[in-house]
Amino acid sequence: MSVLVYTENWDGKFKKASFELISYGKAIAEKLGMPVYALAIGNVANDQLNLLANYGAEKIFHVKGDKVSKFIAASYTHAIAEIAKKVDAKVVLFDHNYTGRSVAPRLAVRLDAGTVSGVVALPISYAPFVVKRSVYTGKAFAEMQIDSEVKILSLMPNSFEVRENKVAASVETVDLDVADELLKAIPVRIEKIEGKIPLTEADIIVSAGRGLKGPQNWGMIEELAHILGAGTACSRPVSDEGWRGHDEHVGQTGKLVHPNLYIAIGISGAIQHLAGVNSSKVMVVVNNDPEAPFFEAAHYGIVGDAFDVVPKLIEAVKAFKSAH
Amino acid sequence: MKVLLAVSHVPDTTSKIRFVNNDSEFDKTDIQYIISPFDELVLTRLLEIKEQTNNLDITVVTVGGADVEPTIRKALAIGADDAVRVDAEAVDALFVARQIAEVYKNGQFDFVMTGKESIDFTGNQVGEMVAEFLNLPSVASAANLELNGNVATITREIDGGKEVVEVQTPFVTSGQKGIAKEPRIPNMRGIMMARKKPLSVVPAVAQGVHTKVVKFSMPQSKGACKMIPADNPAELVRLLHEEAKVL
Repeated sequence: MSVLVYTENWDGKFKKASFELISYGKAIAEKLGMPVYALAIGNVANDQLNLLANYGAEKIFHVKGDKVSKFIAASYTHAIAEIAKKVDAKVVLFDHNYTGRSVAPRLAVRLDAGTVSGVVALPISYAPFVVKRSVYTGKAFAEMQIDSEVKILSLMPNSFEVRENKVAASVETVDLDVADELLKAIPVRIEKIEGKIPLTEADIIVSAGRGLKGPQNWGMIEELAHILGAGTACSRPVSDEGWRGHDEHVGQTGKLVHPNLYIAIGISGAIQHLAGVNSSKVMVVVNNDPEAPFFEAAHYGIVGDAFDVVPKLIEAVKAFKSAH
Repeated sequence: MKVLLAVSHVPDTTSKIRFVNNDSEFDKTDIQYIISPFDELVLTRLLEIKEQTNNLDITVVTVGGADVEPTIRKALAIGADDAVRVDAEAVDALFVARQIAEVYKNGQFDFVMTGKESIDFTGNQVGEMVAEFLNLPSVASAANLELNGNVATITREIDGGKEVVEVQTPFVTSGQKGIAKEPRIPNMRGIMMARKKPLSVVPAVAQGVHTKVVKFSMPQSKGACKMIPADNPAELVRLLHEEAKVL
């Protein structure tokens, strides 16, 4: 019996989210009295794989080969299912990112497992197994009980901290046969957005709305995001107007985000927008309208004109960064 | 070509969320229901393809009691051709996906679509589960869909960019923001025609249910917003560092 963590790699490298996820898996495994194992798929060098032992993974399974060199939901599901059966996994963990969303539900069918996506904390109890997730696009939480023998969870980004927990680990390379039938959705090309931090993994998000008056004024938003190491986002009208890409739209009909810090500039805070962002740990609002509903939801607020406040904020952050 | 589009019946985006029965149940009092916005965008894209190719029949499927029929009729009014209601409460994603997979098997469909998630449970699960039940290829989070004969070219969002995927029918894909610009609104003719379009009701098949909601809760109130003078953003930076500890 074990807890199995799917650790995603980007061009052979792991990101912080994978270390958080193993730390989370280790905490669950201790409660259940089981070891935690990691699983990586694709071309990853051994020094990277060994990093996973720093957070408690006692065994690291590495599935590689031409047939898994590119992500395909059906073939990755197959690979993870095979390893899960091999190690008698009772809990299988994913990040709640695009890959987790593609694979965890398929795996649930394959293993006849109960699954809860977007979990925000450690289980509330282990027998029965109850976890917490946000529902109604962040307007509420639900405590969900999973009754199946195998349980599959996907963890919201920024929901758990990285915990160092170095163990002696072994890497086991697995050669897996993948039927051609599982390779039918063919990835043709990937267009990376260079120099931008994906919203799903950003610790800090700087977001702006119609208050910026036009796409030509986003320079200061990008600059503020850059010096904070933040991702950039926008409100629905901004993406509907085409000022920014749809990938930046956060809110009920865009993306649900979960950063440590969300800075909203020139966004009034309609209920649909707040729904997508109010599970942020800390929210800051800058708006020239003191009646803007966002002030009700935010932790810190500045009433003022964005074109006046943001440049000053940039200077203040620069001063802070050079002092720390 | 025939597509099966799974549509969910959800509270309107402006709904105030409340719970009853010891916080174990959603309070439906005064709630307006709508087609989940992602499903509506997918329906819009399918109608564009239908008009361009003159070769697409759109069947919508919803799992729910008779109370979901106005939502189904709205999808028909927007332009879907016919509909199936699986007569059962949508208890969890695995259960719903299994029902949709059964409807697929009992029809002659070329592909299955759904919105990436419903805006009530936001599980992001059903489309992928349907694919696995049917052993079909799946592509999640499609921000664009082009159909050329039986080959679909799908641009999907991934972490840090976009990926273009090609897949032949049959397949399953879920759509997100970007797949269509603005959702279509039904016109009077559509509403009149929708009344006559076929809506069949089928019983659910048995499927084990593994998850249930034990309790709902509301986010903790965070207290009043701390206001900082507009001429002193350095104070904000100090508070974010020393008090909130997020910098």
